[in-house]
Amino acid sequence: MLEIRNLHAAIDGKEILKGINLTVNKGEVHAIMGPNGSGKSTLAKVLAGHPSYEVTVGEVLYEGRNLLEMSPDERAREGVFMAFQYPIEVPGVSNAQFLRLAYNEKQKHLGGEELDPLEFKDLLKERAKVVEMEASFMSRSVNEGFSGGEKKRNEILQMAVLEPRLAILDETDSGLDIDALRVVAGGVNQLQGPENAIIVVTHYQRLLNYIVPDYVHVIADGQIAREGGKELALELEEKGYDWIKAQMHESATTLAPAN
Amino acid sequence: MATEVVKKESKYHEAFDALKARKPSVAWVELVRDSAMDVFESLGFPTVANEEWKYTNLAQLAKESFDIASSVEDLPFSAEQFSFPETFDSHVVLVNGIFRSDLSTTSQVEGVVALDLFDAIADARYSKMVRDYLARNANYHDRGLTALNTAFLESGVFVLVPKNFHAATPLQITYVADSAEAQTANFPRVLLVAEENSSLTLVERFVSTGQHPTFTNAVVEIVLMDRARLKHDRLQQENAEAFHVASTSAELGHGSSYNSTAINLGGKLARHDISVVMNHEGAECWVDGLYVVGSDQHSDTHSVIDHKQPHCNSHQLYKGILDGNGRAVFNGKIYVREGAQKTDAMQTNKNLLLSPQARVDTKPQLEIYADDVKCAHGAAVGQIDQEELFYLATRGIDPKLGKNLLTYGFAEEVIGKIGVESIRAQLDEAVLTQLHAPLPTEV
Repeated sequence: MLEIRNLHAAIDGKEILKGINLTVNKGEVHAIMGPNGSGKSTLAKVLAGHPSYEVTVGEVLYEGRNLLEMSPDERAREGVFMAFQYPIEVPGVSNAQFLRLAYNEKQKHLGGEELDPLEFKDLLKERAKVVEMEASFMSRSVNEGFSGGEKKRNEILQMAVLEPRLAILDETDSGLDIDALRVVAGGVNQLQGPENAIIVVTHYQRLLNYIVPDYVHVIADGQIAREGGKELALELEEKGYDWIKAQMHESATTLAPAN
Repeated sequence: MATEVVKKESKYHEAFDALKARKPSVAWVELVRDSAMDVFESLGFPTVANEEWKYTNLAQLAKESFDIASSVEDLPFSAEQFSFPETFDSHVVLVNGIFRSDLSTTSQVEGVVALDLFDAIADARYSKMVRDYLARNANYHDRGLTALNTAFLESGVFVLVPKNFHAATPLQITYVADSAEAQTANFPRVLLVAEENSSLTLVERFVSTGQHPTFTNAVVEIVLMDRARLKHDRLQQENAEAFHVASTSAELGHGSSYNSTAINLGGKLARHDISVVMNHEGAECWVDGLYVVGSDQHSDTHSVIDHKQPHCNSHQLYKGILDGNGRAVFNGKIYVREGAQKTDAMQTNKNLLLSPQARVDTKPQLEIYADDVKCAHGAAVGQIDQEELFYLATRGIDPKLGKNLLTYGFAEEVIGKIGVESIRAQLDEAVLTQLHAPLPTEV
């Protein structure tokens, strides 16, 4: 479904990603972990198409197509979804209006049926159960005045409505208390299936107790430093990121004489 | 009958003489009109040398020649097209400033008096009240345009909400500036008095018909007695050729409440002066508005909120959306007079520029002469936020549609304050249409 090859990306001329390779197949859950500043959020934003990041080298194939040539909105309509670490507030536009517009844009693109406000209300009511959101949230402006936990739940609600094939959760666990974490993770698990894939970007292992990954990739200094199964997350929890950094340093030292 | 007035102010004088012959009135009205005409002739149209008119140039308006049409027979419209479902049976129509009982439906405003202001002057039940309050809050002695309106007083609307009466139905006044036959000037005048402990929703709508330029110079005076409440929705939707200048002046009694939402969409050149005087303790006002200007449009709002007594609250949010080479001005003064302790005043002006050629001049001003008050004000001018656009894009909404949605959201904060539901819905559409920013389905 997704193939990232030697991806380099920079912001304001500063290289953040320095050669990422990653393959994600449908039905899989991948966790991207790493210390602060390692580039894991940058990877999420580059995949979503954030205009501030420039891809300097490498390619990304999504369903066999060149993802990097697609605009952010086109990626979204083709089934790529990113849950934001800091969801944006959209004053004056209700959640229901916003979601229906997004839903219908996608339907239009895929040749599906667009829904009028009443029909959409039913769909929304159904999907809102996934994240245990009350009806009153639907008439409130998008994310305006929402608590941190409510914003994250709203992201997962959007995911539930848009049914992405590839969902990227960018530090969705940050700032969540344990109850909100359980709700958000529960929502993600309900949306996971054999036809889609999920990339969970996180600093902590905690979320991975709820969303169990098939693969764990650890990014350090813009590169994948280590890969493994879910047990790698536990090992990281125990030993900390310094362990990875120390290993990287070691291998760099080992390589040095060859130069 | 039509009387032509041209660039020289003496031509207005000709029209004035004709008016006096056509519509004579009681001695005090004659005195007011004469005195107002004298003031206009000495002051003329304001120029950019006047600080209050620094950014709004009326030179072209002053040069244009307009007919003052006292009546229009064949109307190219029906009154219903301007009313809303909620006001269908409580609709007063003025055409070129003249009260039209043939077009008005006031059967549903039971309890509320809404009649030709000129008739009210002659009516023993109302004459004293009109005399007490007319030209009291809309001071014409130092304002040429208000003086011009006052000089041409020959009709208008008198609204009286009796003591303890709470009107369930909104009252709408529609001002049609018709120029089907020629360029016309019109001088609508309204006096609204809400007696003690009464309440009303007033909807004002300014529209124009015909292809020629029109000049509307409207003056609305509002008197709220103790504990009276007025919700006031004002829609200025004149056409792209129109000159529109207007003033709204409200005087608030003890514990009264005035809640105004002014939406300015139309006009080639539009100026709205709104002033609220809080003369008694415990009054509260909301003075909100939205101006939307596209290319070749100029919209100017001047607002004065005067806290003269303690324990009054004022809230103000004005927003502007500017596209093309559109120009807007917001000037908001808040005075907190000596002794007006425990005043709570909040003022915000936010502007969204959709084009690099658009320009807004904003000047919020607070003048405080009391020491135990809570006051804040601020102004902002910005563009569509790129992070917001990206967020929408990640949900499949392309940048063009995203921009429209964000613009809609920006306007909605003010439109949402409108008390009448079908007006809100119609305005959403009107704003987006004006900005050539459609959303694919009704939102």
